[in-house]
Amino acid sequence: MTKTASIASAAAAEASRRSFKVLPVLELAVLAIALVMPLLLQDYLTVFATRVLILAIFALSFDLVWGYAGIMSFGQALFFGAAGYGAALLARDLDIASMLVVLPAGILIGLVFALLLGGFLLLGRHPSSVIFLALGTLTGSYAADRLARGWYYLGGQNGIPSIPPMTLGSSDFTEGPVFYYLVLGILCVVYVGCRFLVRSQFGLALAGLRENEQRITFFGYKVQHLKLIVFALGGAIAGLGGSLYAFHEGFVWPNILGVVISTQVVLYVLFGGSGTLIGAVIGAVVIEGVSFWLSDNYREIWPIILGVLLLLVILFRPSGLVSLVLSERERVGSFGRPPKGGRHGAP
Amino acid sequence: MALLEARDIVKSFGKLTALNHAALSVGENEFHGLIGPNGSGKSTLMKCVAGAETPTEGAVFFAGQDITAMPPADRARAGMSLKFQITSVLPALTLYDNILLALQAEAPLLALMLSRSRRALHDQVMTMLEQFRLADRAQDAAATLSHGQQQWLEIAMALASRPRLLLLDEPTGGMSLEERRVTGELLQPIKAHCSLVIVEHDLDFIRDICDRLTVLDQGQVLATGTVPEIQGNPKVQEVYLRRA
Repeated sequence: MTKTASIASAAAAEASRRSFKVLPVLELAVLAIALVMPLLLQDYLTVFATRVLILAIFALSFDLVWGYAGIMSFGQALFFGAAGYGAALLARDLDIASMLVVLPAGILIGLVFALLLGGFLLLGRHPSSVIFLALGTLTGSYAADRLARGWYYLGGQNGIPSIPPMTLGSSDFTEGPVFYYLVLGILCVVYVGCRFLVRSQFGLALAGLRENEQRITFFGYKVQHLKLIVFALGGAIAGLGGSLYAFHEGFVWPNILGVVISTQVVLYVLFGGSGTLIGAVIGAVVIEGVSFWLSDNYREIWPIILGVLLLLVILFRPSGLVSLVLSERERVGSFGRPPKGGRHGAP
Repeated sequence: MALLEARDIVKSFGKLTALNHAALSVGENEFHGLIGPNGSGKSTLMKCVAGAETPTEGAVFFAGQDITAMPPADRARAGMSLKFQITSVLPALTLYDNILLALQAEAPLLALMLSRSRRALHDQVMTMLEQFRLADRAQDAAATLSHGQQQWLEIAMALASRPRLLLLDEPTGGMSLEERRVTGELLQPIKAHCSLVIVEHDLDFIRDICDRLTVLDQGQVLATGTVPEIQGNPKVQEVYLRRA
């Protein structure tokens, strides 16, 4: 092969590498598997899979906050649990279980809690450190957990049981395939919304924030405002997940506000791959799936096995499972490009 | 009236006084060099002007407005732009995105969410890349550029929003002689719309592009004036130029 041909071939390979995107293929594969799941699984497993999808929504909220804005929210369960309790109270005290009310209410509760906590933690005169944010959010989550345990109105340690099914018109959403597809649909909408956001110009600002916060401050970005918006959006998504969780499980209890589930969501995202969205979904599915299987087969030692597995992935694949197939370039993404065949004109 | 006035700036870090009543005055469309031996306070003065440090005493005025307590983001929005001493392009992003990131900084957040200004800013992004001879690398990650090209990219980013004042901290550090010459060429056209304050150790480079110089020594202004005045100043020769 001549030198020119070799260069041309390398250029063609480079162009092909650039044009082929793994991410959409991965997303479609995950969606296809999710769509056929209820057809293949027994009913009790469909119920389990629905819970996992709800946790995947919750994981998306954390990925947006940590993976894209670099805010280590170690208390993300505060928004998930507060919305869960809010939905449960609407159903118990006001007899409201309509999906058209409880889901927006969950979003609103998560949003308001995140705005309040985020406003306190993020809008100081000086930028907040990662440690300050991690401890601040963790404290919020822990305090909410303790508050719920001691508050009789919220059911104390036992939480709020017997939440009626969520309704839409005259239909009830009880556990099973219908609830599963409802959650899958909501997960898809949330995912597409997040993807649109992180690939927008706002997403470019977040990429700058994540890579070099000081640099973009000197461009004129109000970084604390950027962070607060993402934190609030993350809270709203967690709230949506929390309200779905309350109606799916039929009860809420203080643990859904606390440190354990806050840590769990961090692991989903670290394990799957932060800053990818699909990694958060895959992380939630794999960790919950493997936990379920291990707990069935190795009842005594399954937490140890799971812990070792998580440790191995985090040690040897710090970018998470999706980094096995997704390049760093594709993970970061591109936010604008010159048009083909010329350098000027609209992108 | 000067575009930038830093008056009586004192900056202390504990017992160390980095700036001791230093001053700087830069006019419209003026290229002003800030020189001095290592540790003389050049970068600290630059940081006080840019907002990266708050002066212990003194005041900074930009376009007649007291900006001493103004956060860096607001200074940038007022028309001041900074290139850091350490190259700080965003390595994982493409060159195109690096420039777009700088250009879109003042767009409202909702417009950013809806990507409303992406199309409108495209020509400006490409013009900046062409101006700095980087257009053919637009879709490459910034990490793949040579050190000199990364410096050019960062200057292009700093200039993208057409600031009234550009602050450059050692822009030719680590560059080859040819790259330094090109950097000088790249900077000349901005004089039509922008003033420049430049901290630089390469005195030949400074002499070639600057209208006026301020010499700092031990946190104080030793001399200020045109390049020939500074070159002929015996104090400067004694304290600084002889060492160089």
